[in-house]
Amino acid sequence: MSDPALATVFEPSEDGDDPELVQLLTPEGERREHADYSCDLDDEAIRGFYRDLVLTRRIDTEATALQRQGELGIWAACLGQEAAQVGSARAMLPQDFAFPTYREHGVAWCRGVDPLYLLGLFRGVDQGGWDPRETGFGLYTIVIGAQTLHATGYAMGLQRDGVVGSGDETKDAAVIAYFGDGATSQGDVNEAFIWASVFNAPVVFFCQNNQWAISEPIERQTRIPLYQRALGFGFPGVRVDGNDVLACYAVTQAALRRAREGSGPTFVEAYTYRMGAHTTSDDPTRYRLNDELDRWKAKDPIARVKAYLDTSKAADDDFFDGVARESDEIATHVRDGCLSMPDPSVLSIFDHVYAEQTPELAEQKEQYAAYLSSFEGAH
Amino acid sequence: MAQLTLAKALTNGLRAAMEADPKVLIMGEDVGKLGGVFRVTDGLQKDFGEDRVIDTPLAESGILGTAVGLAIRGYRPVCEIQFDGFVYPAYDQIVSQVAKLHFRSQGKLPMPIVIRIPFGGGIGAVEHHSESPEAQFAHTAGLKVVAVSNPVDGYFMIQQAIASDDPVVFFEPKRRYWEKAELDETTAPPPLHSSRVVREGTDVTVLAYGPMVKTALEAALAAAEEGRSLEVIDLRTLSPLDMGPVTESVRKTGRAVVVHEAVVNLGMGAEVAARITESCFYELEAPVMRVGGFDTPYPPSRVEEEYLPNLDRVLDAVDRSLGY
Repeated sequence: MSDPALATVFEPSEDGDDPELVQLLTPEGERREHADYSCDLDDEAIRGFYRDLVLTRRIDTEATALQRQGELGIWAACLGQEAAQVGSARAMLPQDFAFPTYREHGVAWCRGVDPLYLLGLFRGVDQGGWDPRETGFGLYTIVIGAQTLHATGYAMGLQRDGVVGSGDETKDAAVIAYFGDGATSQGDVNEAFIWASVFNAPVVFFCQNNQWAISEPIERQTRIPLYQRALGFGFPGVRVDGNDVLACYAVTQAALRRAREGSGPTFVEAYTYRMGAHTTSDDPTRYRLNDELDRWKAKDPIARVKAYLDTSKAADDDFFDGVARESDEIATHVRDGCLSMPDPSVLSIFDHVYAEQTPELAEQKEQYAAYLSSFEGAH
Repeated sequence: MAQLTLAKALTNGLRAAMEADPKVLIMGEDVGKLGGVFRVTDGLQKDFGEDRVIDTPLAESGILGTAVGLAIRGYRPVCEIQFDGFVYPAYDQIVSQVAKLHFRSQGKLPMPIVIRIPFGGGIGAVEHHSESPEAQFAHTAGLKVVAVSNPVDGYFMIQQAIASDDPVVFFEPKRRYWEKAELDETTAPPPLHSSRVVREGTDVTVLAYGPMVKTALEAALAAAEEGRSLEVIDLRTLSPLDMGPVTESVRKTGRAVVVHEAVVNLGMGAEVAARITESCFYELEAPVMRVGGFDTPYPPSRVEEEYLPNLDRVLDAVDRSLGY
């Protein structure tokens, strides 16, 4: 908080007793009860979360390193936001659909998207190679907030397909729109809230409030806690500890259920922190202080799950060793796969501009191919 | 055979498309009970229901943004932008999302979205209600852009645009909504992206689209009285352009005049002129002339008749062409 007077407005209380903040696992790794949300997961599921969190962080760390070595043009790290992403994504059913920003690497992981596809985008070999319909995971959206409208439209499609509130749990579906605190200032996001509200669309607006929109702090976007905005649009808003994977799971699960049942949208504000730079091109030392970072380090989303698994003896050394091994394997996969990624042919850029190719574009391609071939054998 | 206005022909075309494919939706402001401010969607909500003819909140970006999501879900939204000058709030969704998603997804996410825009002036409207922004969309890769000039094309082209798996920006000349023509629904229409010679001639080729086709034809009639033979081509498709009939005509006449309401600077006429120069350089007897709006914002309506190309300004350009 660059303005201490606003701190009490935005921040949940530090003692963990804030009734407006859903927390089911403290930074120390202790389970807590909440009147409205409970986590019905067994230890095996929590071990699964731990694995997701560790592997997401490893993919992210490896990608940052590859950018530093010149193998990626840029990378937007999700460091510190893994719990918000894994918890919310694991609450999705296969038939649900997520519309991400460009930072949802943990959601991509949970939806079964090979991390190499994410690297392909940031390396510049394509603009997202995964199949959105197969994975239920939309393309990364760079324009801030645009995807919230796509999510709402998709949700309206679900309504028209009769897969909302039908009572058939194998079919009823919902949508999650991911976005950040900066995006809440965008017109598109506010339009999406209005549309979802008046059409009662089955969409969960999942805002990762990571406190920073590049260099701009949250108080440049809002003068009330974000989750309270939902009331003005006519649907519930809830604030959850975004570094608590159990709470993120429970709150998103409830919101998705509500949406699938036909009861409309929910706004979830996952209160978290962007531990890294906005992207690898950013320099946060120019606009924020280290003690803020240190304060959030103590709330690390992985450390608290590890602490819980340790103290409750829900996991043994074999488990942790296994996850560490898997983490090394995925790092190798990411590194080797990135380095061996072929560049696209320039002639391929003509192929998917249109579903039905135009004669003039076909001609441009042909002419450029002839131009290129005129150099063959020139050296 | 029935005489139909352009507005009614579009209504009938939309109705036919909705009957043919249950995935076709109509979305826009006032398109439901009111039937649109120009009544183009008249009666459709009554017959197809509120789930398929959607009165949207007043947010153009929202119309296009949700259309993208519906298209990803397999729907074919037909979005109405109430007036040309109101499309700009949706510009980002159109240019950055609708136009690019097929490309970005390498063909996995087609965007079969039609964006209907009543465009052009001549109806005495207040500002933002008379603009011609077609070049801005034709300049955007990934979009297809067409303009209709008459009821027959209106009936067929709207159905062809809806059947297209590519996004089509569909310009309707609002001052011609009430022009009538006979429509035989059983005739086979030409392809959507084709230009057509609508009047044959030998001296000068006049190229127009949308509202200016009628003006060009009137100019050709007047010129004929003076013994000059104008060939008039309705471009119909602005992106892609269909230069085949244009090239053929200009090789014959050696002269070309392009007419549109939009400002001349970087308008469609500039592209058409460049292409004619590339394909007909040795046959040209004169530079390609452009007649259009002046490079000003659309003026107050009391002077719009001076701003808009009319018969005299078209004939003046014809004279200048013949003067070479």
